[in-house]
Amino acid sequence: MLILTCPCCGVTGEETEFHAGGEAHIKRFGPGSSEDEFHGYLFTKENAKGVHFERWRHNNGCGKWFHAARCTVTLEVFGTYSAQTYEPPQEIKDKISAKRPGWSWREFA
Amino acid sequence: MKRYSAFAVAREAARFHMGWERAWASPEPKPKYDVIIIGAGGHGLATAYYLGKNFGITNVAVLEKGWLGGGNTGRNTTIIRSNYLQDPSAAIYEKARSLYETMSQDLNYNVMFSPRGVIMLAQTEHEVRGYKRTAHANALQGVKTEFITPARVKEIVPIINLDGPRYPVLGGLWQARGGTARHDAVAWGYARACSDMGMHIIQKCEVTSVRTEGGKVIGVTTNKGDIDCNKLGMVAAGNAGHVAGMAGFRLPVESVALQALVSEPIKPCMDCVVMANTVHGYMSQSDKGEMVIGGGTDGFNNYTQRGSFHHIEETVRALVETFPMVARLKMLRQWGGIVDVTGDRSPIIGTTPVEGIFINCGWGTGGFKAIPGSGWGFAELMAKGHSPLTEAFGLNRFYEGRFIDESVAAGVAH
Repeated sequence: MLILTCPCCGVTGEETEFHAGGEAHIKRFGPGSSEDEFHGYLFTKENAKGVHFERWRHNNGCGKWFHAARCTVTLEVFGTYSAQTYEPPQEIKDKISAKRPGWSWREFA
Repeated sequence: MKRYSAFAVAREAARFHMGWERAWASPEPKPKYDVIIIGAGGHGLATAYYLGKNFGITNVAVLEKGWLGGGNTGRNTTIIRSNYLQDPSAAIYEKARSLYETMSQDLNYNVMFSPRGVIMLAQTEHEVRGYKRTAHANALQGVKTEFITPARVKEIVPIINLDGPRYPVLGGLWQARGGTARHDAVAWGYARACSDMGMHIIQKCEVTSVRTEGGKVIGVTTNKGDIDCNKLGMVAAGNAGHVAGMAGFRLPVESVALQALVSEPIKPCMDCVVMANTVHGYMSQSDKGEMVIGGGTDGFNNYTQRGSFHHIEETVRALVETFPMVARLKMLRQWGGIVDVTGDRSPIIGTTPVEGIFINCGWGTGGFKAIPGSGWGFAELMAKGHSPLTEAFGLNRFYEGRFIDESVAAGVAH
């Protein structure tokens, strides 16, 4: 069972208090983009086996969206952070590097 | 291969059962095969079997990182049905269901196929309309199903509670020829038949990279060394995305854990399969008397083969509503498997951007029922480059917007 801390309201709860919202940091492609870009945006997810970044919503709490860094193999949560960002904060990346040397996820490492 | 029969049982009994041979060989890998299949689960083994049986291709290796049938093949709830809405789905699932009918004779291995009937309960007005539509679609597809009344549901399943606290039973989609089979036996039976044809089933052989040359596959690297091949079939279920990544392409799938559980064995009380998709639980009774129970997937990507407590609670709550008598049953075991789910909840069977690599994945939460049909079609695709059974399921359907949408239309679980 996952234990997450909402970075918006600071409350720590187990997963039934939250709702998983899929992959984070997705770059959206709309009208004017190429078909490959649009296809990639719509369907091709990272589906990482290991370090993963994803969106969560504090459903039964403050209701805000946030991001979490998590390992999909061990369910270890490396940290949660604000959704108002284009990439994970350095502090979270450092934390992951300490535990999973050599990790990479999309353009982040 | 010595055939299994009543006579063989008597013969071996007379020799104190010392004469049984191993069901399949465990050879060391050869340097090269015509075809390598990654994944010795039901789908991979069925593919190998039909490559040999239908197309005479027997220089085949099936590589398995763990043990044979130890993934989703050994972790599902063994339900077999073909009451899908879309034509391509109905075709492949019905092909599979019909092959299950003769599988024990075909493989000379008792897979204990039990066409005991499957009911999908309609518990909302929307489900009633959806299942009536499916029943009509099935009639046109040549799949025998019917929409039945609550009274008929009660007749078939006396232990059911029609007036549930949240969702009364308003009817059901009944497929009398659906049922269950012994899941391990399906993998074992195919493995035995493949081994008998001279194919190599290599367990504890994990593929670590896929080798290509000029956009064409030349082989794989494994923990048992390099193995070359002309054609490569990827049938890795939950790890499909991971294996595809080794060959440098990406898949429109996401991997999540799906879990199941069984109760303590009790006297026979339910002789069909019941799926309650609105409250989200399904149940059948195994030949040992255990109630076999399945529910929903985890809400987030993971590779843990474990499941989570609150989903057990949800599933069990749904079943207690539907079958009040199970409320006092103790649960014996619980386990999880990693399923690869696509956007339209239909599988992916087709060619890939790399020449010589074929993929069969995306069966999501309902792959067991499809094993023989999937193997039949995928073998044809690998042997001839084309199969009418699988052509609609290509990887390019996402690019082209040709979805086979079973996620909302057919009332399929999950």
